[in-house]
Amino acid sequence: MTSKQKKMLLRIILAAVFMLIFVLIPFDKLLPAPWDGRVRFAVFLIPYFIVGYDILRKAIKSVINRQAFDECFLMAVATVGAIALGEYVEGVAVMLFYQIGELFQGVAVGKSRRSISDLMDIRPDYANIEQDGALVQVDPDEIEIGTVIVVQPGEKIPIDGVITEGHSSLDTSALTGESLPRSVREGSEVISGCINQTGLLHIRTTCEFGESTASKILDLVENSGMKKSKSENFITKFARIYTPAVCYSALALAVLPPLVRLLIGMTPAWNTWIFRALTFLVISCPCALVISIPLSFFAGIGGASRQGILVKGSSYLETLSKTKIVVFDKTGTMTRGTFEVTGIDPAEDNDFLRALEAEADSQTGRSLEARLLEYAALAECHSTHPISRSLQEAYIKDLVNGRETTEGQIADHTAIDHTRVSDVEEISGHGVSAVVDSVPVLVGNTKLLKLHSVDIPETATRPAATIVHVAVGGSYAGTITISDVVKPTAAKAIQSLHEMGIRDTVMLTGDSREAAEAVAAEIGASDVRSELLPQDKVVAVEELLAKKRPADTLVFVGDGINDAPVLARADIGVAMGALGSDAAIEAADVVLMDDDPLKISKAIRLSKKCLRIVYENIYFAIGVKLLCLLLGALGIANMWLAIFADVGVMVIAVLNAIRALKA
Amino acid sequence: MKKTYKIEVDCANCAAKMEQAAKATEGVKDAVVNFMTLKMNVEFEEGADPKAVMKQVLKNCKKVEDDCEIFL
Repeated sequence: MTSKQKKMLLRIILAAVFMLIFVLIPFDKLLPAPWDGRVRFAVFLIPYFIVGYDILRKAIKSVINRQAFDECFLMAVATVGAIALGEYVEGVAVMLFYQIGELFQGVAVGKSRRSISDLMDIRPDYANIEQDGALVQVDPDEIEIGTVIVVQPGEKIPIDGVITEGHSSLDTSALTGESLPRSVREGSEVISGCINQTGLLHIRTTCEFGESTASKILDLVENSGMKKSKSENFITKFARIYTPAVCYSALALAVLPPLVRLLIGMTPAWNTWIFRALTFLVISCPCALVISIPLSFFAGIGGASRQGILVKGSSYLETLSKTKIVVFDKTGTMTRGTFEVTGIDPAEDNDFLRALEAEADSQTGRSLEARLLEYAALAECHSTHPISRSLQEAYIKDLVNGRETTEGQIADHTAIDHTRVSDVEEISGHGVSAVVDSVPVLVGNTKLLKLHSVDIPETATRPAATIVHVAVGGSYAGTITISDVVKPTAAKAIQSLHEMGIRDTVMLTGDSREAAEAVAAEIGASDVRSELLPQDKVVAVEELLAKKRPADTLVFVGDGINDAPVLARADIGVAMGALGSDAAIEAADVVLMDDDPLKISKAIRLSKKCLRIVYENIYFAIGVKLLCLLLGALGIANMWLAIFADVGVMVIAVLNAIRALKA
Repeated sequence: MKKTYKIEVDCANCAAKMEQAAKATEGVKDAVVNFMTLKMNVEFEEGADPKAVMKQVLKNCKKVEDDCEIFL
């Protein structure tokens, strides 16, 4: 609680105590006839002013500034009216409970505000630089690109950069929601906002503080509320019309029925009707609506960012909840976007491999497949082509399984024994020829083998992948299949979308038809469009947009590479694994901090939950109020029910709104 | 040009009133007040001086809700 709130609490307690005491004092027995009423009136003013003086002041000010019909005005009129009618207890109680409600609301909003800022606590306050052998703390804003900064264990990395010295594990949970620490070493790129857990790091910065990941994300989160949802705008407009409307109806309720009664010859019963009108005013206070709707959205956005899902505004949360079509990119979104060895098919009749196998069998027991991969990887050991890298990595993995290899050797490929390789010749567009263990080896495509007049037998080929042919000792030795690997959660992600009632899951890709269809079948996408250029993707999305019903939402999910135009064109653009990709963060409406496709359905589910809470609150608050207004007009509802309709509804709506925080 | 200011205000309704007041100020193209993050995002008109405009915005906001503050 802030000091302001503590002061308010004290006022509430004081007023409540006074009120209780005065209620219990039997004034009429203690004092003679005209005096008991007067004293009673005077003493009840004490708790009334203690708890409500600021409301009265605000109400007067709002009238002077011609800003009538706000909450304070409603409360002032209602309580002054009640006291004027001699209902002192009710008058004080309304003010008291109104303030309790306001206090509760303030505390609840402050709490959710804090819990969200805590979880987005990635703003680095300082950076360490080494000066004359000592560490100096400086403002991260002053660090120039290329400066070496020092990050101690437990500190936040202030600026994006590359590690020049040291190794450690990083806690990225504030950024990605991922709880597993990431291990980093010399040469690793690191992003700001991560917490250095174990080792001292020296980092050479690669950008300025303002351009760093942490600053960008904070900027995004802090400005997220700026795009307001339809529901929020509805409520603001509603409150603007509703409050004056209620005031005029209250006035009518106070004046018209007594006049009518007067005309038809009955007693006018002014007091009854004015009191009913006052009850009406108390019930009508729109605060439950005005606070709970934005609070629900705020909590929803906060809950999502805790999961590594950044939503740029409540309007996007609202649109996202109506998702009916999900369109996604293949490479990097549903697949890893990297090449991996997925199959090794050694030829049965290569003499060299056979001889090697027979000789080595007794010693190491390594398979024909491993031998083939070994030859291919060694021949390619000097190349940095993605396909070569994947061969090398597969070979190293194989080695690790066989014998002890250090982590460092894996990372920089020193595990590969370069001395076994000589006479390497890289033929661009074909492959590599080299001599490994004094045996000539060819690794490459069909053209390369033809060039060296090696016959390739007719073998079953997998169409959706890249095939590398290997020849050892001048004759064909087999093929190695390399393909992009589908992310482990991709199929589950599509399945959970289908379970949510999203029938259309369309995959767009620039890849060949075979490759696209193989992946689509594997993950269970309902439709696939292949061989698309980036501009074709925009056309495809536009076609789908034209076909859907206007109320439905089309979501496009991409990894942010080359698909910024599509991200912008879709109803909701979701950029995935977007850390570090500026264009994607700019263009997207929702940013997934890591690249897990399951987050897509999670984001949609969160948005639905948030919107459900919003509608619950709208219907509940308006429903209860209308009912109580009706009861109040008929004289069934008394002031105490009115207090519930005002404060009680607000408290319930706020508690409901906070539920959106829990993902 | 767009700028974001930190604000201090007690209730959501008052925040909405501040937004209205800021929008109506001369030199302001658009303004959005976010009660939850306690931020005011102001888009200025071409050639307007943000400092002078914001002084006026604060004045207008105080008029509709005197218990508010904009940290300029």
